[in-house]
Amino acid sequence: MSAVLAPAAGIGAAGDVLPHLDWLESEAIHILREVVAETTNPALLFSGGKDSIVMLRLAEKAFRPDRFPFPLVHIDTEHNFPEVVAFRDARAAELGERLVVRSVGESIRLGRVRLRSADESRNPHQTVTLLDTIREFGFDALFGGARRDEEKARAKERILSHRDETGQWDPRNQRPELWSLFNARLHKGEHLRVFPISNWTELDIWQYIAREELAVPRIYFAHEREVVERGGLLAPVTPLTPAHEGETVVTRRVRFRTVGDITCTCPVASDADTVEKIVAETAAATVTERGATRMDDQTSDASMELRKREGYF
Amino acid sequence: MGTGETLREFTTLRFTTSGSVDDGKSTLIGRLLLDSKVLLEDQLAAVARTTARNGADGLDLSLFTDGLTAEREQGITIDVAWRYFATPRRRFIIADTPGHEQYTRNMVTGASTASLSIVLADAARGLATQTRRHAAIASLLAIPHVILAVNKMDLAGWSRERFDAIAGEFAGIARSLGLARVTAIPLSALEGDMVVSRGENLSWYAGPTLLEALEAASPVDPVTALRFPVQLVSRSRFGEKADRRAYLGRVESGTIAVGDTVVVRPSGVEAKVAEIVTLEGTLEAAGAGRSLSVVLDRQVDVARGDILTHRHDAPAVARRFTARLAWLDRDALVTGRRYWLKQGTKSVRATVDDVLHRLDLASLTPDASAQALEFNDLGLARLTVASPLAVDPYRANRHTGSFVLIDDATHRTVAGGMVEEVARD
Ligand SMILES: Nc1nc2c(ncn2[C@@H]2O[C@H](COP(=O)(O)OP(=O)(O)O)[C@@H](O)[C@H]2O)c(=O)[nH]1
Repeated sequence: MSAVLAPAAGIGAAGDVLPHLDWLESEAIHILREVVAETTNPALLFSGGKDSIVMLRLAEKAFRPDRFPFPLVHIDTEHNFPEVVAFRDARAAELGERLVVRSVGESIRLGRVRLRSADESRNPHQTVTLLDTIREFGFDALFGGARRDEEKARAKERILSHRDETGQWDPRNQRPELWSLFNARLHKGEHLRVFPISNWTELDIWQYIAREELAVPRIYFAHEREVVERGGLLAPVTPLTPAHEGETVVTRRVRFRTVGDITCTCPVASDADTVEKIVAETAAATVTERGATRMDDQTSDASMELRKREGYF
Repeated sequence: MGTGETLREFTTLRFTTSGSVDDGKSTLIGRLLLDSKVLLEDQLAAVARTTARNGADGLDLSLFTDGLTAEREQGITIDVAWRYFATPRRRFIIADTPGHEQYTRNMVTGASTASLSIVLADAARGLATQTRRHAAIASLLAIPHVILAVNKMDLAGWSRERFDAIAGEFAGIARSLGLARVTAIPLSALEGDMVVSRGENLSWYAGPTLLEALEAASPVDPVTALRFPVQLVSRSRFGEKADRRAYLGRVESGTIAVGDTVVVRPSGVEAKVAEIVTLEGTLEAAGAGRSLSVVLDRQVDVARGDILTHRHDAPAVARRFTARLAWLDRDALVTGRRYWLKQGTKSVRATVDDVLHRLDLASLTPDASAQALEFNDLGLARLTVASPLAVDPYRANRHTGSFVLIDDATHRTVAGGMVEEVARD
């Protein structure tokens, strides 16, 4: 038997040696470089949110002093916070990289997306615009900033997630990922979603933002904002999301933990007005990121998985 | 949990968990997370709701690791699920893999990146056939440390004799498999004894709790041989004395330093390291796990797929070798057919010339009469690659000794491979 499975001598796993942020960073750089080497037309999804800000930093680490070997792409719901959109444009310009923006609003105007009601969240509809954009440019790999700790359905996601010609994700038909050997082979019309920061947690993201001294949109920091209490969450009051009948508008000191679509993203009560305070607050958090901030995921445990199957990020 | 400064110096332990169905693996992970106080209010509330909907009281701890809809409907885990948690001492990544017979594939996947494996056993039922298989996979994938978690001690009357008997039997298996480091821990995932807190029922046991064992698991002796597989070549930089190109990659093992003479494998040409570059500036030296760029002191021919190493411990360059294969695809292995083989950053055409044996998973004995490998089989095979490859035996280096086979028609990853013996050409 021992001849069949002989003992192992001195096996070093990288994760054991490097401090954890360095290890996460090096892993992400490795993934970015592998996929750039093995695909022909990749792109990086950049929304102006914290995860994609970290992704841009990792792209700098992977490829500077060269230009990024891919454009930045944003699928804009046109329901984004203006501070975040302004940040997105400023950051892309500062890096001197090409930014492609395609909007869900355009898909609606073209009739590619039909809303059931005008104030319905546009988040799920990003899928149509995203797949149209992939076809328009012929992208074969899209880097995204999703993390496995965000949500149960994400916990089983591969780092390279394979999508068929219709953009669909089949959780039963994903390629096994062994060691750090990624299989990026594709048939015509297929593409990959690639998640280099799969192994990061919300706390890692903030620690990295602190360490790298990265700028983030102002609404991540504590500020005064008009909100209403709704279903245990604080819903922001904006022209797009007015208070409902009978709700009382109050001004609270809040910050956003995620900065998605205005119609479904809620801030949390907070006094954290520096990155260091956010790190401390995140380390002590008692509610998950999505639980505290997302109205659209609460309907059912499985809602994220359904959207993923249909081609969502 | 501390703030940025303290956590920054943490290291990560990646571990895998396996057990046969109903040994209590999901409950154990739930207990570990609950008692480490890393579960948050909304997660607790969601599990409490589902527990009540299922007609039970309190918290069903097994629900925390539960994932996709189809699995929830079938009530089973069918894939690798990744879990993250940190204690004040360490950060952990769990690869949670199922124990069903047909899912060797997932177990091998989860084990490939783990430095520790928790193998579960049921104290009341003793070691199952599958427990042996889990230990065999830990050995095959060269996981340096195995913890035998003898669960459900409450159902075995918290009996020391029972634990000793199971631990003793497992020690025999571990010896025959060549597992170097084994820690056996009696515990009850349901009651919590010896998972995070010591509890009151196992006072005869003096060893570490499960969490203590995980926090203390030491990094194994690092591999000292330098292996730097080149991922990309950047052509737009650097001064005149040096090679104007930079080689982008990650140090997979060993250390690289400015001034080192490095050998390019497989070509064999040599050059000195002129600079090690990162976004922050240049480094004098860098160790395993670091992504960086290397500039050499003269112009040499280096491409993606090449490996930079030191002359004194360079890997063998070969076209033929034997390897253990874990067959991961529903389409069985066809000997003589061409597959893509990816090792490090290199992809080459490969054929599996013949199957030397297939491991009988029940008895763990090799069956030399086997002609092919099918879904979830483990075996030993002889391979030939179309162009020379710089490889190490897997036991000497987990990075340069591992590869995957990819079907050139379906593009599926069909096998994981571990180099056994390299034929010098
Ligand atoms: N008595 C007892 N039951 C346990 C213990 N751990 C798990 N169980 C029960 O064993 C059953 C299977 O547990 P589960 O965690 O779902 O097993 P898995 O299939 O290995 O994930 C459940 O009914 C658990 O409540 C334990 O330590 N003691």
